[in-house]
Amino acid sequence: MSADRFHTIVTTVENKPGVLARVAGLFSRRGFNIESLAVAPTDDDRFSRITFTVDVESAPLEQVVKQLNKLINVVEIRELPPEDSVSRELMLVTVSADAGHRKELMEIIEEWRAFVLADNSKQIMLSFSARTARLDEFEECLRPFGIAELQRTGRVALPALD
Amino acid sequence: MSDNQQMPGGEALVKSLEHEGVDVVFGYPGGAILPVYDPIIDSSIRHVLVRHEQGAGHMAEGYAHATGRPGVAMVTSGPGATNVVTPLADAFLDSVPMVCITGQVPYAAIGTDAFQECDTTGITMAVTKHNFLVTEAQDIPRIIHEAFHIATTGRPGPVLVDIPKDIVDPTNPRSAMTWYTATDADMELPGYHPVTEGDPELIRQAAEMIRDAERPVLYVGGGVLKARAADALRELAEMVQIPVVTTLMARGAFPDSHELNLGMPGMHGNYSAVTAMQKSDLLISLGARFDDRVTGKLDGFAPEAKIIHVDIDPAELGKVRRANVGIQGDCRLVIEGLNHAIRELGGTAVQADRSAWRSTVSGWQEKFPLTYEQSAPGDKLKPQFVIEQLRDGNPSDTIVASGVGQHQMYASQWWEFDHPYTWINSGGLGTMGFSIPAAIGAKAGMPERRVWAVDGDGCFQMTAQELVTASVENIPIKVALLNNSYLGMVRQWQEMFYEERYSEVYLQERVPDYIKWAEAMGCAAIRVESPEEVGPAIEKANEIDDRPVVVEFVTDARENVFPMVPSGATNSEVVVDPSQQHLLEDES
Repeated sequence: MSADRFHTIVTTVENKPGVLARVAGLFSRRGFNIESLAVAPTDDDRFSRITFTVDVESAPLEQVVKQLNKLINVVEIRELPPEDSVSRELMLVTVSADAGHRKELMEIIEEWRAFVLADNSKQIMLSFSARTARLDEFEECLRPFGIAELQRTGRVALPALD
Repeated sequence: MSDNQQMPGGEALVKSLEHEGVDVVFGYPGGAILPVYDPIIDSSIRHVLVRHEQGAGHMAEGYAHATGRPGVAMVTSGPGATNVVTPLADAFLDSVPMVCITGQVPYAAIGTDAFQECDTTGITMAVTKHNFLVTEAQDIPRIIHEAFHIATTGRPGPVLVDIPKDIVDPTNPRSAMTWYTATDADMELPGYHPVTEGDPELIRQAAEMIRDAERPVLYVGGGVLKARAADALRELAEMVQIPVVTTLMARGAFPDSHELNLGMPGMHGNYSAVTAMQKSDLLISLGARFDDRVTGKLDGFAPEAKIIHVDIDPAELGKVRRANVGIQGDCRLVIEGLNHAIRELGGTAVQADRSAWRSTVSGWQEKFPLTYEQSAPGDKLKPQFVIEQLRDGNPSDTIVASGVGQHQMYASQWWEFDHPYTWINSGGLGTMGFSIPAAIGAKAGMPERRVWAVDGDGCFQMTAQELVTASVENIPIKVALLNNSYLGMVRQWQEMFYEERYSEVYLQERVPDYIKWAEAMGCAAIRVESPEEVGPAIEKANEIDDRPVVVEFVTDARENVFPMVPSGATNSEVVVDPSQQHLLEDES
């Protein structure tokens, strides 16, 4: 997938019950596809931040933003184009690590600067945080070892510094 | 009511409605909303007891259409709430200001599948401008104020307020609250800031485009009525001498009798309205949304036209057709701004020469007027003839509320709408059964005005029971029931596009007996079968003012609505009345 197709939209929403359902419902009934979605409170407990990535080839971004703006509980919307923002995503992954491949795996972990969260000699649990495309690449490196479980958070982003 | 007084939430709810200026509530009581119905007894608000909650919703819409004030419906939880989903969806698509209060099971019981529980805010999320689930009695005055604010500002729409029983029930400690008169300063709506003023620079650009256009058309939608902009529109049209089309939602926004008015555009629009848009070099869209019933096949719509698009909802700008100049703002303020900007540029004197355009358009008007053939002796009535007789037998400020189908199109085409807010219909959702309750709501809001519902027999059978409401509540509307014993519009499509294979459209000629039915509901009833009876029957109906009247006109099912742009065709492929079809050959 080409990175430029995916734009990140950061919305500040009122921290009230049902707000996520309003946003998700809007996307489904208007036929917009969400690539990833991350929700968490902000430093101000009246508001939450919903960060999502949309495929701009599947939906006109202008309509997505305008329709979101009509939701009463959406306070602010910022569109972060890939060239003007810094984005990260977190992955937790459990990989097979039997004796035969352990050395090779440990080299990859070191090379990619992933963190070992747990190790029971049969499997290793890792945490890895980077740009979404790097997560994809890291996942491919791990795949030959056998991925037991994998969970990604969806990307979060902030505007780039000047 | 002095602030700081202690009262239960139910009383606060009724006081809050009074504070918002509500004079009528259309409603139906039930378990969860019971505690609110007690203080209603002592309130100045008139409560109209409907016979089905859908009726309450459409009455609130009719009231809002006619008066410009938000309509209010109040129903109980569960089935009461689900029965107003259709009117909410209707009000949402047609931008009707409406506040709906629903009862809910006690807060602690939510999510337990309690008796008459449903997820009302979840169900109505997609069909309301916004909805609220109130969790504390103390929030009631503020949330009611917010609900009315949201319903009536920006692009108007329905707002639902779901109220758990415990916070209104005086026997429950959770209902205790301290009264305060909620004002705008109390509102907590950090994400809601409707923009009403248009950008002056864009308005100036639009004024220049108008000045230079040789084949412009003013494409007027319901937003002009919502913004109370009819006077400003008339000033604009007359200053620049540009022909006007009024969409189904905007009938009456510009007088039909005005020489610049080409009538309704779209699937069943006047030939000259449809064709003028199609050949235009500039469409000035005011509070319209390029609906598929107006544009026909989109990629063949008005191919040479530049677009000026004015709408209070920025999401409409560029949603369907990219505008050359898109102006977010209230139609009245923007049109007034345009009038000012056009005068600044030199006004009437500097407008492009449009004499050729005007003469082309009037040529179409002369060649392709709306037409129908009068019925042959012994044949059933022509529905268009009935509408013409109704139009001629009533004052021009009569309010007409229609259902959905052929009769709706005949009413829109053949009535002459010369005043704003005299035409009420379900345009976006196309809700059959809309007319009778909408007419009742309009009459409740405007009791001094004559109100006719124009209905079909299919629609009538969906909501006729509200005539009981009209009788009992002394809301004397009049119903013109065009009875052709068919679902006429569906029949027309089956005739034209399904090789005359009529599937499930014949309703029955003998049953029901509409006269007996109307009389059983406390109405006067008149049956009309021949053309010479039509005028006298309307006159007689107009003399009866102590109860509702139903006039059943037995009409010809073979009649079809023309002109018609077939579904999926472009507006250049408009089919006119069979008697005019040969004239089309000269036009292409």
